[in-house]
Amino acid sequence: MLRDEDRIFTNLYGFQSFGLDAAKKRGDWDNTKALIEKGKEWIIEQVKESGLRGRGGAGFSTGMKWSFMPKNVTDKPVYLVINADEGEPGTCKDRDILRHDPHKLIEGCLIAGFAIGASACYIYIRGEFYNEGSNVQRAIDEAYAAGLIGKNACGTGYDYDIYIHRGAGAYICGEETALIESIEGKKGQPRNKPPFPAQAGLYSCPTTVNNVESIAVVPTILRRGAAWFAGLGRPKNTGTKLFCISGHVNKPCNVEEEMGIPLKELIEKHAGGVRGGWDNLLAIIPGGSSVPLLPKSICDTVLMDFDSLREVRSGLGTAAVIVMDKSTDVVKAIARLSQFYAHESCGQCTPCREGTGWMNRIMQRMVTGNARVEEIDMLLDVTKQIEGHTICALGDAAAWPVQGLFRHFRPEVERRIHEYRNAAKSLAAE
Amino acid sequence: MPKLTIDGIEIEVEPGTSILQACEQLGIEIPRFCYHERLSVPANCRMCLVEMERAPKPVAACAMPCGDGMVVKTNTDLVHKARKGVMEFLLINHPLDCPICDQGGECDLQDQAMAYGFDRGRFGENKRAVKDKYMGPLIRTEMTRCIHCTRCIRFINEIAGVPDLGAVNRGEHMEITTFVEKAIGSEMSGNLADVCPVGALLSKPYAFTARPWELRKTETIDVLDAIGSNIRVDTRGPEVMRVLPRVNEDINEEWISDKTRFAYDGLKRQRLDRPYVRKDGKLQPATWAEAFQAIAAKVKGVAGNRIAAIAGDLVDVESMLALKDLMAGLGSANIDCRQDGARFDTSSRVGYLFNSGIAGIERADVILLVGTNPRWEGTLVNARIRKRYLMGGLKVAVVGEARDLTYPCTHLGTGPDALQGLADGSHAFAEALKGAKNPMIILGAGAFRRKDGAAVQAAVRALAESVNVVREDWNGFNVLHSAASRVGGLDIGFLPGQGGLDTAGILAGAADGSVDVVYLLGADEIDPVQLGKAFVIYQGHHGDKGAHRADVILPGAAYTEKNATYVNTEGRPQTARLAAFPPGEAREDWKILRALSELLGTKLPYDSLPQLRQRMVEVNPVFGKVGSVVPAAWGAFGSAGALDAAPFVSPVANYYMTDPISRASVTMARCTETFVKSAESAQERTGTHG
Amino acid sequence: MSASAHDPANEPATFAFTPENLERAKKIIAKYPEGRQASACMPLLDLAQRQNAGWVSRATMDAVADLLGMPRIRVYEVATFYTMYNKSPVGKHVIQVCTTTPCWLRGSDDVVHACERKLGIGVGETTDDGEFTLREVECSGACVNAPVVQIGDDYYEDVSPELMEKIIDALKRGEIPKPGSQIGRQSSEPVGGPTTLKAFTTTQAD
Repeated sequence: MLRDEDRIFTNLYGFQSFGLDAAKKRGDWDNTKALIEKGKEWIIEQVKESGLRGRGGAGFSTGMKWSFMPKNVTDKPVYLVINADEGEPGTCKDRDILRHDPHKLIEGCLIAGFAIGASACYIYIRGEFYNEGSNVQRAIDEAYAAGLIGKNACGTGYDYDIYIHRGAGAYICGEETALIESIEGKKGQPRNKPPFPAQAGLYSCPTTVNNVESIAVVPTILRRGAAWFAGLGRPKNTGTKLFCISGHVNKPCNVEEEMGIPLKELIEKHAGGVRGGWDNLLAIIPGGSSVPLLPKSICDTVLMDFDSLREVRSGLGTAAVIVMDKSTDVVKAIARLSQFYAHESCGQCTPCREGTGWMNRIMQRMVTGNARVEEIDMLLDVTKQIEGHTICALGDAAAWPVQGLFRHFRPEVERRIHEYRNAAKSLAAE
Repeated sequence: MPKLTIDGIEIEVEPGTSILQACEQLGIEIPRFCYHERLSVPANCRMCLVEMERAPKPVAACAMPCGDGMVVKTNTDLVHKARKGVMEFLLINHPLDCPICDQGGECDLQDQAMAYGFDRGRFGENKRAVKDKYMGPLIRTEMTRCIHCTRCIRFINEIAGVPDLGAVNRGEHMEITTFVEKAIGSEMSGNLADVCPVGALLSKPYAFTARPWELRKTETIDVLDAIGSNIRVDTRGPEVMRVLPRVNEDINEEWISDKTRFAYDGLKRQRLDRPYVRKDGKLQPATWAEAFQAIAAKVKGVAGNRIAAIAGDLVDVESMLALKDLMAGLGSANIDCRQDGARFDTSSRVGYLFNSGIAGIERADVILLVGTNPRWEGTLVNARIRKRYLMGGLKVAVVGEARDLTYPCTHLGTGPDALQGLADGSHAFAEALKGAKNPMIILGAGAFRRKDGAAVQAAVRALAESVNVVREDWNGFNVLHSAASRVGGLDIGFLPGQGGLDTAGILAGAADGSVDVVYLLGADEIDPVQLGKAFVIYQGHHGDKGAHRADVILPGAAYTEKNATYVNTEGRPQTARLAAFPPGEAREDWKILRALSELLGTKLPYDSLPQLRQRMVEVNPVFGKVGSVVPAAWGAFGSAGALDAAPFVSPVANYYMTDPISRASVTMARCTETFVKSAESAQERTGTHG
Repeated sequence: MSASAHDPANEPATFAFTPENLERAKKIIAKYPEGRQASACMPLLDLAQRQNAGWVSRATMDAVADLLGMPRIRVYEVATFYTMYNKSPVGKHVIQVCTTTPCWLRGSDDVVHACERKLGIGVGETTDDGEFTLREVECSGACVNAPVVQIGDDYYEDVSPELMEKIIDALKRGEIPKPGSQIGRQSSEPVGGPTTLKAFTTTQAD
């Protein structure tokens, strides 16, 4: 188990104040000037060396992402945008950073912004997180008042503004280009790529969009050294990670743990184990609603990191572990996600707009068994027609849970269909 | 210049070319719905997916720029599957009501479903139904058919510049709508029906009247303004069923204005389908012979200088020349093609043409509009200015009425005094004009329709010369006419001859009795009272103002009913073609004049259209180059004089009713009600009127 | 909700920001670069909604559009895209029960039923006295404290049918129940106390 001294988010649960003084006592804003004075290249190099991969779901190297930003200064401003539109079902880690440790984020915003040459930063916070956003705003105000950000931030001569922009209820705005559109005052409809945000993002200016957690860990990585972070976890899956354990566990919780921790250990150590014991486990969605579920047999041994979960045809995603015990109607659990994606599709591109609704309708029928067995293959065909054909990844995210369900629980669905037919037949016979 | 391989063929393309465009260059067909070459690229329909090496998933060909070394495949299983999938998704919620859909037979969805779709549906759920939206008198909606390609939104935002359409809600509940049941306030809204790839947005007047395969299609031109938009007239039997645009990159690209498209029902109403002769103060039906005899009886013995002729706005060059020759034969020099009384120097062709050409607007970087509301006087010119504005870096200023032109402009003043400020450099915009690479001045018909017209013309010429509007490689001095006949009339000299009277002189003569006979060739914008006691011959196609005052009516042909030449504001002669025969006893206009000339003893020397056209070329060689513009050489024109301080007034008070055809159109009447009258009353309500 | 579902006859004809809100609006607009005032569309709609008894009428959208110099249709698109803008009047307390899978696994259906029983209305409805509107919403993002109910700006976490009834009772009495975990958790730590960071569980002096 990760030692407490290696934990970054020491006020994860908010037992202490989120304010500046308390944050400083926890080590935040400790000679930030010195970090910045080491220069952009050093910062980006350190983050690359740490092996930090984006914590928002895709798992792309954060340092690499920063290095895509244009090196030559142009007359166009450069923006850092923080994706705090946390809405992936199962996920509630960024919420804790926003409300309990906002100074880690703000300090990270300053350092990351400096590294990519940004003049301003917008933190896009989902609208429902009203109180969380207010905490961040108070922390920003404190940081301005203390000269940590704003003109001559931390005495470095670097001018840097941080603003928050609140969402208003749209999961799709967690997609980086939809988020940019939303800041521009439009509907959150993802853009086509290319151009990528690093070329033309917010207001058509070079922009980097990073997840809250990715940015909030940066100051600590720089202070304790890339080697420290890289020494945690497994190769290419380094560092610590916030895990959200929800569903049928005895003690649902958020916890910071080492990457690569066995799933079973994670649940038993921190979440009080599966309700009714490990043997009562049916399946787990290991990385938020978008990744395919895993049956117990895989959960027994799988490690919680990007590559291990990919090997079992799922994903780490946002590291949101949704646990389902044997009492669960697993078809309904996934059908509920299909409903979610149909509700959250932006409607812009054909496969997602039409496909998510179609999938949802078939899935709702599968719950009761009111379907034909052939429709299972048709449904899987529909998921394939969506996957990879859309502008953004929401289409894929809608397809994968359904594919995962049938990969591991197809007999259960077939059983229901037969049961429903037999019931109908016997009714007719009466 | 990126070099890439598509389906095994190497191709080098201009930077910025999309894969879809590169495929088109190679003749490889890529299906698409949302992509439209004149609109922005949202890549939302996903029909154009192609396979690209090293890309993890298929890419949208319309939005992917060609890159060096790319290897693209458009004919693989992956691509076929992707297309089939998209096709199926588009159809699951589409009503498949093709048999009762006006788009049937010319529908992209229908065609592509045949080419790329499944042969049966797998969708067993209930289909979506969407409530239809009100979009005004021109566009009919059937929103359940919508495939959400957003072409309509992009057209109205980008091309028309009237952001009245949007997509509300999200996911499968997304709907295209106006800002709540509002008519679309654009003079180009009819194009929405064309850009819509399915039967969601349709022509309201055309609804349920015909099927495309029963229509005869005639490629011709429009004459309801001076743009000369290229159109296709679709007829069934003798009836014009609809008007559609044809592509002409130099003029209208692929758009037409709403009047061009929708005034056609005016061709069926108020028509003069037989001759009339006034007897006992009343117009009585007559035979051609009776009508001609009535004219001969009146005209014979009248001295030439007591006879006059005025040509109207929709008149073709052939009939104007025939009338001019006839008048010459009768010894009259009293002819004028400017029924609006415009006064300007016509001696130099360059002084009355849109010299840069309409497409030339795209090269301009500073535009000064003088006495014109191009949105109403030349909708497609205005659309071209907006297109240029969207390209970036355009400055526009207006002297005249301040209107919403769909692009930002600086209002310098309402009358000629503002020109003074530009000429002496005291106005800030003078700097912009001076510093421009390709400055342009557009002078509207409103600037000529005043006593000081020639002086305005001279003043603008002087200004043009002082700010380099005219160079060897650039002529930005432009006149935007609003009458289709005007440039043609000027080009053949349908103007007062030696000692002849102009329109004002003719009307004064008619009033004081010094002119006995006035021949109105389609001239309807003249106050009948001004014709005094003169004997009026009206030749034309509509029972409008001119016919009501006439003593003899000779029924002519409308622009869809004759083979005839018109010259647009650029000075481009174009040919209108007969799409339907004139109604009843009406005849092609030059033939009427030819027949009448014989009876009047001054037989015109041409028996056929080719002979007449030969005569046109003799009069002015530009008629030898139909379809192209013969550039006019710069020269002195206009006459210096005092400028009246009165504000410029646009000749178009109501865009939807400018001529006998549009005035007879029920559709145009509805538009007037919806757009013009409601706007006027709204202005009165808010007290901002005047 | 379709565009034409708006019956203008039932809507207030005008809306104007209060002077205080106009000041706030100006500050919000100033957060964005010059010429990018459209970015303020969402926060201004929120401001308008808060001023307008919790919903955005046509007039409020028009006011936002006109203030920002945006075409009205663009504001209308935004208002109908995001779920937090209410396009018709709502109750004083908008109870939003998250029913997405993580909350559903922990009994959110029972919480919804408790609300329906207690309030005598179905999901999507408003009580006759205009006090309560009941809604089901998608993932609220507090999944380790499921089931979660958002009322106004506050999250009520770890609720059960019984606790939900108590919350509604309190609201009916005009009280504001304490937000957060309803079973005594500080926040997202395991029930009974954290398994990590035990040294950080005492309140540190600021």
